[in-house]
Amino acid sequence: MNNTNEQGWPLWEIFIQSKRGLDHKHVGSLHAADAQMAIENARDVYTRRQEGQSIWVVPAAAISASQPDDAAMLFDPADDKTYRHPTFYVMPEGAKFI
Amino acid sequence: MTEVKNSQELFQAKVDAEQKIEPKDWMPEKYRKTLIRQISQHAHSEVVGMLPEGNWITRAPNLRRKAILLAKVQDEAGHGLYLYSAAETLGVSREETIDALLSGKAKYSSIFNYPTLTWADIGAVGWLVDGAAIMNQVMLCRTSYGPYARAMVRICKEESFHQRQGYEIMNVLANGTPEQKEMAQDALNRWWWPSLMMFGPSDANSPHSAESMKWKIKRQSNDELRQIFIDRTVQQAEVIGLTIPDPKLKWNEETMHYEHGEIDWAEFNNVVAGNGPCNKERLAARNKAHDEGAWVREAAMAYAAKRARKKQAA
Ligand SMILES: [Fe+2]
Ligand SMILES: [Fe+2]
Repeated sequence: MNNTNEQGWPLWEIFIQSKRGLDHKHVGSLHAADAQMAIENARDVYTRRQEGQSIWVVPAAAISASQPDDAAMLFDPADDKTYRHPTFYVMPEGAKFI
Repeated sequence: MTEVKNSQELFQAKVDAEQKIEPKDWMPEKYRKTLIRQISQHAHSEVVGMLPEGNWITRAPNLRRKAILLAKVQDEAGHGLYLYSAAETLGVSREETIDALLSGKAKYSSIFNYPTLTWADIGAVGWLVDGAAIMNQVMLCRTSYGPYARAMVRICKEESFHQRQGYEIMNVLANGTPEQKEMAQDALNRWWWPSLMMFGPSDANSPHSAESMKWKIKRQSNDELRQIFIDRTVQQAEVIGLTIPDPKLKWNEETMHYEHGEIDWAEFNNVVAGNGPCNKERLAARNKAHDEGAWVREAAMAYAAKRARKKQAA
């Protein structure tokens, strides 16, 4: 994929934190000449209705992603380990606060 | 060959199970091509759609209306961006999609090739054109391609005020002076039929629909969506005392839907073919804006380079 546009503006992935204390969440992408311009444009595009109070911008080219074909190898091993969840355990009748 | 068949089957199974397709997933070439065409056309429509409304920003009747119209047009620019970004995830560059619009190779919604002659047209556009677009966009929130669906969810959230502000304009005019009411009725008369055409050819003449439905790119047919739009809009027109310009419009007690007159598909095809009232003007305006913005884009790059050098030196 071509990550720069005609003027050589790279592609940035945009992450917005909607409220203090919450995670920054991916919202989309845009082209910008540099990080500062990416932040300014992200402000205009993604926070016109008070959707955010903090913005992260990351060059799209800097993101490494797992491949769909590797999904089974990566994630199936978790399937048979239900003992990692609290609901797996049998608690005696009447026990409180556990 | 079996390899490809398996991929096809796996893909369709995912789609059937209502799992979204993501950019790195295997997908049929035709699915990719269809989406690139549809999403970029959709993006172009958002961008060209700013022109007929931009025409009235400086002439809005008061500050409230002007602020609203500015906000709406700014939203449409954002919608264009969300969609261009979604198209980009399919491996087509931003430059290619924009070039296709500027060269006239790509299509955009034909509705934007009609002129906005009076202030009432801004009401009619919001009420009818955004209203019709929303029908389609709500359906597309559940489209099978993840980035497209996500862009649509964002767009639908922002769209909801667009139709309401248009209907409000129409309501105020329809209940104003006789001249204002006449202006509102005239706008409805001119925008009604082109709005119905926005849903595309009738199902019998819509060759790509079956495949798009199978791939769950589309989830409802053109005629289905058009019918819901008509049923809703006729009621809204009644409330504000305007008349739908269709003498054949009739409530059918059995189907619980309105029957409507024949849509002039010859007109539709003619506008799609480039012969609408404003096709040339719209394309010229986009090209002019793009050309005149070239120095700004270059300057931004030069400024970014300078800023980076300074930072390094510091
Ligand atoms: Fe829009
Ligand atoms: Fe809109």
